[in-house]
Amino acid sequence: MEPIQIVFLIGAALVVVSAVMVVTRRNLIHAALYLILTLFGVAVIFVLLQAYYWAVIQVVVYIGAIAILIIMAIMVTRDVTGETVEPFNRNLIGAALLGVMAAGVLIWSLSDWPGFSALAPAAETGEIVVQDLGVQLFSAEGYLLPTILASVLLLAALIAAIRIAFPNETEEDN
Amino acid sequence: MQGFDPVFAVSEWLRELLLGWGASELVTRVTLQFIGAFVVGMGIMLIFVVLTWVERKGAARFQDRIGPNRVGPYGVIQPIADALKMLTKEDTRPKGADAFSYVLAPIVAVFSVLMAWAVIPFTEKWIGADLSVGILYIAAVGSFSIVAVMMAGWSSNNKYSLIGAFRGVAQLISYEVPLFLSLLVPVFLARSMGVNSIVNAQGAENGGVWFILMAPLAAIIYFVSSMAEVGRAPFDLLEAESELVAGYHVEYSGIKFGLFQAAEFLHSFTFAALMAILFFGGWRGPGPDVWYLQLFWFFLKTSVFYLMIIWSRLTFPRVRIDQLMNLNWKFMVPVSLILLMGMPLIEYAARGADNWVRVASHSSFNIVLFVVSFALAARSDRKTQTRERVRFEGRPVAVMPKTPAAEEEPAA
Repeated sequence: MEPIQIVFLIGAALVVVSAVMVVTRRNLIHAALYLILTLFGVAVIFVLLQAYYWAVIQVVVYIGAIAILIIMAIMVTRDVTGETVEPFNRNLIGAALLGVMAAGVLIWSLSDWPGFSALAPAAETGEIVVQDLGVQLFSAEGYLLPTILASVLLLAALIAAIRIAFPNETEEDN
Repeated sequence: MQGFDPVFAVSEWLRELLLGWGASELVTRVTLQFIGAFVVGMGIMLIFVVLTWVERKGAARFQDRIGPNRVGPYGVIQPIADALKMLTKEDTRPKGADAFSYVLAPIVAVFSVLMAWAVIPFTEKWIGADLSVGILYIAAVGSFSIVAVMMAGWSSNNKYSLIGAFRGVAQLISYEVPLFLSLLVPVFLARSMGVNSIVNAQGAENGGVWFILMAPLAAIIYFVSSMAEVGRAPFDLLEAESELVAGYHVEYSGIKFGLFQAAEFLHSFTFAALMAILFFGGWRGPGPDVWYLQLFWFFLKTSVFYLMIIWSRLTFPRVRIDQLMNLNWKFMVPVSLILLMGMPLIEYAARGADNWVRVASHSSFNIVLFVVSFALAARSDRKTQTRERVRFEGRPVAVMPKTPAAEEEPAA
């Protein structure tokens, strides 16, 4: 077995096991920490695909920002000493049924897809895709309009968040 | 290849040896990669030993003391004694602590620092992995240190450590913004995110000009926000002794505390090395391009910046939390955004011109922005101070006690 396959199996096992842990832990902070492990495993798989940029972005955005935000939100809104929650409720059977059905539909519809048996074509270039990505995002023929629209939306959200967090002047002096 | 290079010689010798023992090409390559990673990681951990000595001796000199002087000449063997003490201390765990995160937190803290050294070039050829996204990679692994602070603070089951962790996360997340924005300036000047490409871009193709001359303001913002990112004085709010005992690692003892300390020292050292690489030409320096001179220049520049970090730690008083946040959000973030928008415009305006015109216009833009922003900040600071004084006039916070003589006067 190639070492890259061993690394893939370790990374994939990490993702699957820690994803299961996320939904079964009773301690919410533990669940969030396992979520970080899951996201890290996904970054490992990106590295194996030579998509270094996506691997690094995965870590920066999901672990550096979103996971921290989740942990902070849990700590601020819940009992910080680690409240335990019951991860399952009455909807367990229904949700499981729905999950199995969705998986079945996906497997059924993908069963005659040739991609499973055929080898994927080799990537055109080595790994330099960041420049291409930038050119695509900011060229008029590419994705300039969606990029700008998304930026404006994010800016609006940012300003709205600042407005909400802004102290109310009438209450300040009391 | 210019002359003899010990790293390549040793790795060639090991390769031959392993192949001679009948190992396949693949096993040999993987083994050598593991050995390389081990050597880099261990080497950096050994630097920590030197750093503790430098820190103690430097702090002593700044405070007009002699510092360690009993173990070995000038106390150089003191770190070994310190390490032995740390290893033999009792490894305590507070009651009610969360064992899983409590044990993992110091490991994550050290992990986040050591990972960064995989892409740092010691000389032209000595680099673990010359990733094309090296700078982004360093930023990514650095974000694990926030996770470590959070885990340590939460799992210790202690109010002080939890408050310390909250403060720490607020500070680290805030200062990541100007840190990354100022990191983007050398990336833009070098047209690459690869760490070694940035060093190469400060060589002959740029007229031998280091980026400090083109972007001094970015270097200052980077240096200040990296100090805040490490959480050392004057930005050590997350372990302010008088308020929080020791912040997020108050419950840690023995080697676990040692790992946190190693992470902090090595984090400073990493940022010093990055300062040398991004703005001061990394392994470049006068003299021929041989590995030992390159190694010397790299470590000389890194040590200078490390000493500057110690210097400011021992000189400046700790800032308050509101000063910390104001400095970040109202000063450094806007200035670095203007810098990041202005420098491409200047680059575009100076296209086709001589290199020195380009360098001069970049640096004059930086200096003008520096002067203007500091003047504006000083003006707004004076206004704020006047407003505060007016607001608190008439209701003093603390009243000076009367002297016994004044109290006795009416009785007499």
